[in-house]
Amino acid sequence: MDRTITVTVNGQPRTATVEPRLLLVHFLREVLDLTGTHVGCDTTSCGACTVLLDGLPVKSCTLFAVQADGRAVTTVEGLARDRELHPIQQGFKEEHGLQCGFCTPGMMLAAKALLDEIPDPTEEQIRWALSGNICRCTGYQNIVKAVRWAARRLGSQPAVGGR
Amino acid sequence: MATKMEDLGGIGTRIHRKEDDRFLRGRGRYLDDIKLPGMLHLELLRSPHAHARIRSIDTSRARALPGVVAVITGQDLAAHKLAWMPTLSGDTQAVLATDKVRFQGQEVAAVVATSPYIAKDAVQFIEVDYEVLPAVVDPRRALEPGAPVIRDDKPGQTTNHIYHWEAGDREATDRAFREADRVVTLETHYPRCHPAPLECCGCIADVNPATGKATIHMTTQAPHAVRTVFALVTGYPEHQIRIVSPDIGGGFGNKVPVYPGYVVATAASLLLGRPVKWVEDRTGNLISTGYARDFHMRGELALQGDRIVGLRVKVLGDHGAFYADAQPTKFKIGLFHIVSGSYDIPAAFCEADGAYTNKAPGGVAYRCSFRVTEASFLIERLVQTAAYELGLDPAEFRRRNFIRADQFPYRSAFGWVYDSGDYHRALDLALEKLDYARWRREQAEARRQGRLLGIGLASFTEIVGAGPSHTFDILGLKMFDSAELRVHPTGKAVLKLGTRTQGQGHETTFAQIVASELGIPARDVEVQEGDTDHTPYGLGTYASRSTPTSGAATAVVARRLRDKARRIAAHLLEVSEQDLEWEPGRFYVRGAPSRGKTIQEVALAAYTNFPAGMEPGLEDVCYYDPPNMTFPFGTYAVVVEVDRGTGQWKPLRVVAVDDCGVRINPTIVEGQIMGGLCEGYGIAAMELITFDEAGNCIGANFTDYLLPTAWETPRFELYETVTPSPHHPLGAKGVGESATVGSPAAYVNAVIDALAHAGIRNIDMPLTPDRVRAALEQAGLAE
Repeated sequence: MDRTITVTVNGQPRTATVEPRLLLVHFLREVLDLTGTHVGCDTTSCGACTVLLDGLPVKSCTLFAVQADGRAVTTVEGLARDRELHPIQQGFKEEHGLQCGFCTPGMMLAAKALLDEIPDPTEEQIRWALSGNICRCTGYQNIVKAVRWAARRLGSQPAVGGR
Repeated sequence: MATKMEDLGGIGTRIHRKEDDRFLRGRGRYLDDIKLPGMLHLELLRSPHAHARIRSIDTSRARALPGVVAVITGQDLAAHKLAWMPTLSGDTQAVLATDKVRFQGQEVAAVVATSPYIAKDAVQFIEVDYEVLPAVVDPRRALEPGAPVIRDDKPGQTTNHIYHWEAGDREATDRAFREADRVVTLETHYPRCHPAPLECCGCIADVNPATGKATIHMTTQAPHAVRTVFALVTGYPEHQIRIVSPDIGGGFGNKVPVYPGYVVATAASLLLGRPVKWVEDRTGNLISTGYARDFHMRGELALQGDRIVGLRVKVLGDHGAFYADAQPTKFKIGLFHIVSGSYDIPAAFCEADGAYTNKAPGGVAYRCSFRVTEASFLIERLVQTAAYELGLDPAEFRRRNFIRADQFPYRSAFGWVYDSGDYHRALDLALEKLDYARWRREQAEARRQGRLLGIGLASFTEIVGAGPSHTFDILGLKMFDSAELRVHPTGKAVLKLGTRTQGQGHETTFAQIVASELGIPARDVEVQEGDTDHTPYGLGTYASRSTPTSGAATAVVARRLRDKARRIAAHLLEVSEQDLEWEPGRFYVRGAPSRGKTIQEVALAAYTNFPAGMEPGLEDVCYYDPPNMTFPFGTYAVVVEVDRGTGQWKPLRVVAVDDCGVRINPTIVEGQIMGGLCEGYGIAAMELITFDEAGNCIGANFTDYLLPTAWETPRFELYETVTPSPHHPLGAKGVGESATVGSPAAYVNAVIDALAHAGIRNIDMPLTPDRVRAALEQAGLAE
């Protein structure tokens, strides 16, 4: 039986009637047209579909949309404030932390969860926090630098678009 | 006054990528992001067996499911002569199986439904009656008498042998071996691995029933070639076919071939008159689309003293069920005969045989220029083996056998003419930056303490930029590429290319070439690719060919426009062309530098105030046929520590010296090198697609097919030397694949080096802990 759910996505309550088996990632991509969240595997391995659920990183290919009912989801579309990039987005741009861009949204949300918890992480902490997200292009080094760039920026000014 | 190169964002400057913002905001437009009105969804049914005869297929239950629009089998396609399609190596491949399935995961039937969930449901209701046949997954067994014949569909095919191919001079090489005072041999298997771009393959076929126009959005690295292939295979008029390659989530060679899903979706759209989307899942990607490598190699070096005088190589290629390697027509194993590498070897011979097995077809170059990776791996492993046998330091043995800088252009024993190089300089720089001598001392000290350190080198030479029309074609299409440059009246420009970026940053680097050549700031140049209706013909992006071909075309077309701009500027300034000087972005009168016209002023005049008799406008197109290949090179140096208990190994240092000629955007170049060093590490350490005796694929998802994450991936230290290509207009060589080609041998050489004192000479990749542990036990080093 279809169910009506309300999920707060990037600050906006969104209500829809969905099949119980609909995956959260398909709810975001197909129902809400938020196609910045990607699907890269079927086994919770690659992290391309990472979003924040009540502030914690989850792989949205492995949750049903109904499990997000009444909760808050942040996707890549919710990072920038108006025209201004979030410091994490800016960090990825400054440090060339992306190439094809497919892993980037999930990678940035995993990074956001890390920085929300540990504002000034070590390289080891960054690499561990991102180890559920696969990138095939960059070799990760510039992603690590991007997260450090964002940490410095977030540390030096009031949070922009942060929690 | 002249604009500085930094302000223009010209060649050599580290400008931010123009494409980044849309990806950072989640506003990229990848294939699966595209939705068309009335769009249907296609799902493929795949074979559970590696080898089986199809007795019957019952689709009635699937058809009865609400939401199912059509179910398609091979028989349906056969009625339109579409059950089989040609491969890029002149073989045939089943689109949907009609007679037999020949590998696990082969496409058997398709469901078209109103949603992807319903399509996935319905494929499970298709009932196929299989008669299971014996499978053969080892190419050596496949060639034995009595092995089950896989390709009994091919008239006259009575064995699993595909080809025999030779390169070089057998007689001269045999003579060198007869006269040698030492012969060094290495047998190794370069395992089957997979490019595994993070975005899987897919398409949306949209055949408009009113106009007949077939628009196919497709994850392809080579949209123009695909259009021609579609036209030739189906007889559909080529002007009625439009291939659109949207943002691509990584390719690495996996998105070069034409896959059955594309063909079935197109046939379905034609049949149904509605757009049909097909997006494979990860298992579909790993189990059925273009794998890489799977070469069994035996290499021998003939030595006289410390000099290599001969090289002999024998290869057995495992091509799976259909010989579908994506490679130039003339060559059976790509450019493998670059196998003499960086060494001055007077005599060389290579022979190869190919075999069918019950495994997926493909043989794409995984971030590599047509089997260069296998060749580079073999020679770099061989020279290290030879150094051990001679008791020489592997660095010193390389130094004594390198092609010297004064020998370029250098003709190899296989006939390639290397354009430029300085191998000694790259090696010396790598050793200096690593502090090689210190690590050799550390290694000796560690050994005394019972720890195993290893230092591995790889001094690779690539051959990229395919290629000159006299030698290179794919299905007859010569491997030139193109650039069309249009400068608008206000001085902004659009550059259209025959290539297709998949993350390489074309929208930035190619604009930088225009900035340098024509003085229009890179931010004012929009680069367009991927739409065959709106870009000039070209063979696409793979084999590190975009900069060598389309990059050269961009420079040439920009220079042509600059020549025309000079004539317009002379007209505007009322002087002769010979009296004009050029500085980036501006012509001025010699001796009167304040009298000048900017390129923007000239562009306006090209549409408003051009000389009498001159064609108006400022645009042109160049199809660039490169005179030669380019030969990037470098030395990678890796230090590892091997755990004597677990067999695990960990890179402690990874130093990479790359020489790709002139670097257009150094930041992008470094990004590509680091990506390649990471993929090379994955190949050396963990990436493996293997099969059990029944042909079940092990490695068909990311929990079995392991890819390196940020956690395992080592830190990279990058350095450069610059030896420009003498024949490329910009001196650039291409770099996208250097590190994937060069680095696996460096990692493996390092692990072997840690065990070499105990007699270990080889461990086949991937160097998983169990394999290293077995070698430790064999050497008496295990703890």
